[in-house]
Amino acid sequence: MKATAARQLIVPAIAVAFVLSAPFLAPAFRTQMALLWVMIVFALTWDLLGGQMGYNSFGNVLFFGVGMYTCVVIQRDAHLGYYGGLFLGMAAGAALAVALAAVLGSGILGLRGHYFAIGTLGLGIAAGELASGWGFVGGGGGMVPPLFPGAVGGRETFFYFMCLALALITLPVMRWLYSGRFGLAVNAIRDDEDKAEAMGLRTTQFKTTAWCISAFFLGLTGGVVGNLIGFIDPREVAFAGSTYGVWMVLMAILGGKGTLWGPVIGAVIFHVTQELFWRYLLGWQRVALGLLIVFIVVFFPVGILGWARERWPERFGHGVDETPSQGPA
Amino acid sequence: MENLRLLFAAPPLAVQLLLDGILIGAIFALAAYGMALVWGVMGIINVAQGEFVMLGGYAAYYLYRAGIHPLLGIPVAAVALFILGWALYRAVVFRIVDKDLFISILATYGLSILLQQLANVFFGANVRTAESGFGTFYLLGGAVTISQIKVVAFAAAILVGAFLLFFLRRSRLGQAIRATAQNARAARVMGVDTDRVYAMTFAINAAICGASGALVAMTWIVHPYLGLPYTVRSFMIVIIAGLGNVGGVLAAALGLGVAENFAGFILGAEYQTAFIFVLLVVILVWRRFWLARQRRYLA
Repeated sequence: MKATAARQLIVPAIAVAFVLSAPFLAPAFRTQMALLWVMIVFALTWDLLGGQMGYNSFGNVLFFGVGMYTCVVIQRDAHLGYYGGLFLGMAAGAALAVALAAVLGSGILGLRGHYFAIGTLGLGIAAGELASGWGFVGGGGGMVPPLFPGAVGGRETFFYFMCLALALITLPVMRWLYSGRFGLAVNAIRDDEDKAEAMGLRTTQFKTTAWCISAFFLGLTGGVVGNLIGFIDPREVAFAGSTYGVWMVLMAILGGKGTLWGPVIGAVIFHVTQELFWRYLLGWQRVALGLLIVFIVVFFPVGILGWARERWPERFGHGVDETPSQGPA
Repeated sequence: MENLRLLFAAPPLAVQLLLDGILIGAIFALAAYGMALVWGVMGIINVAQGEFVMLGGYAAYYLYRAGIHPLLGIPVAAVALFILGWALYRAVVFRIVDKDLFISILATYGLSILLQQLANVFFGANVRTAESGFGTFYLLGGAVTISQIKVVAFAAAILVGAFLLFFLRRSRLGQAIRATAQNARAARVMGVDTDRVYAMTFAINAAICGASGALVAMTWIVHPYLGLPYTVRSFMIVIIAGLGNVGGVLAAALGLGVAENFAGFILGAEYQTAFIFVLLVVILVWRRFWLARQRRYLA
């Protein structure tokens, strides 16, 4: 009994030690490893809508970009010192993202199916185009966040831990959300929205709340990533619909839509693959990514966990009744 | 807002924008009609629509570089894209015909990124145009200038559209396509090879987009990242007009062309693309509230 408890502790302990020491073990890859945690947040927040609620959004990157811009604008204009500006900026970015989700939600979340998908796609790109025309936020030239005050290289380590913290907060929050009434309601909306509404569920409220939660984490992440990358381009970094916006969807699908761990697994595999593309297919990496999207969507739409669930249903708590039915049911 | 005042001060300017808008609208109508065709027959929203337009533009551009007049490039671009569309159907698209719409949107979005990036690698990111060597019309005593190529492109777009309609109404394949759109299963029972019909529909759509892309290359510019705005324009036009409503598609496309030109002038050219995407969101949300009201009348 004691031995198994100890063994159960060993694996998480190694994982924690590895994750905490990673930036010191491989300092050259700190930015990439930090982005790995960001990708996990992306996939998890997308899956809250796409997987659990059945609302496939291409525009969640909107909240990411809004958070990023808000954070950097506050860092630029508030004169609160580096950390004061950063944390106030992140908070303001998250608040603005949530407010935006609440306002837009009433209109956009009324769209169903493919209209929602295309509408949110338009939303994300519109935001990028607007930002690149608006001089206050640097226009098409983008913005540069203030310089990190610490030692050279301290910036990457600091933001690595920020990203890690974000991912480590998002995962349990999602887990907690899915385990309760909220998760059931959201799944009911995915399975049959009209029926859920007829059963007395306030679907619009739940949908908007889900979008706001998604927006909250994306807004926070935006502020961190803006400072991590050190340069904000409206179309390529902040409102990057054709990279981050699609990757969110892809990672969740690759890992398995509508599961807690699927998006995490998908994000890890996708991010590693993507970095390998950058390393070995330079110049062709975007082409390879397009090919990868088509390949995953066409040949593997159930995802890794979805496939595993079909393969070993018992392990996922689905009892398989092997006895033939007796007479007419 | 200064530009708005300018518009009232100088009415010929408004005439100019109106004419330019109408002339470009016909090209939008072509791509939109292709999208409606694929959507109606195969139940697929093709996000790579704009990339077909872009590739058609490059076909016309390279023919022009080889010394062939761009007008002759239109049929060549159409044929080249027909082959590409057919190949894409056989390689990828046939696998997503029966899947749900989201899978088809995501898969064609992947295709769109793939084609866009391939164009970027092979053709470079520079802005290209195929000079047609036409002159300019001067109207209202020189206050309004219309380059003749736009008029030619307008006429060519209408011609291609008319030919397509005739083809769908009269030809054997056109009838099979329409039968499949109405009821694929019944068509199969009646002996229509629906797989072939789907392949031809997708290829014809690509060919239409190729033709409209050649027109775009002549009248405006092509670059690898041109695609998505054309896809979104087509989508808007189709949801305003509805599937299988040719007159509606043409009217909506001309209206969109005019609206876009005025918006580009009033808001400034840097917001013209933003206007398209904001308009898409506004139209979708407005349509949803409009439908909700319709339903309340029925209840």
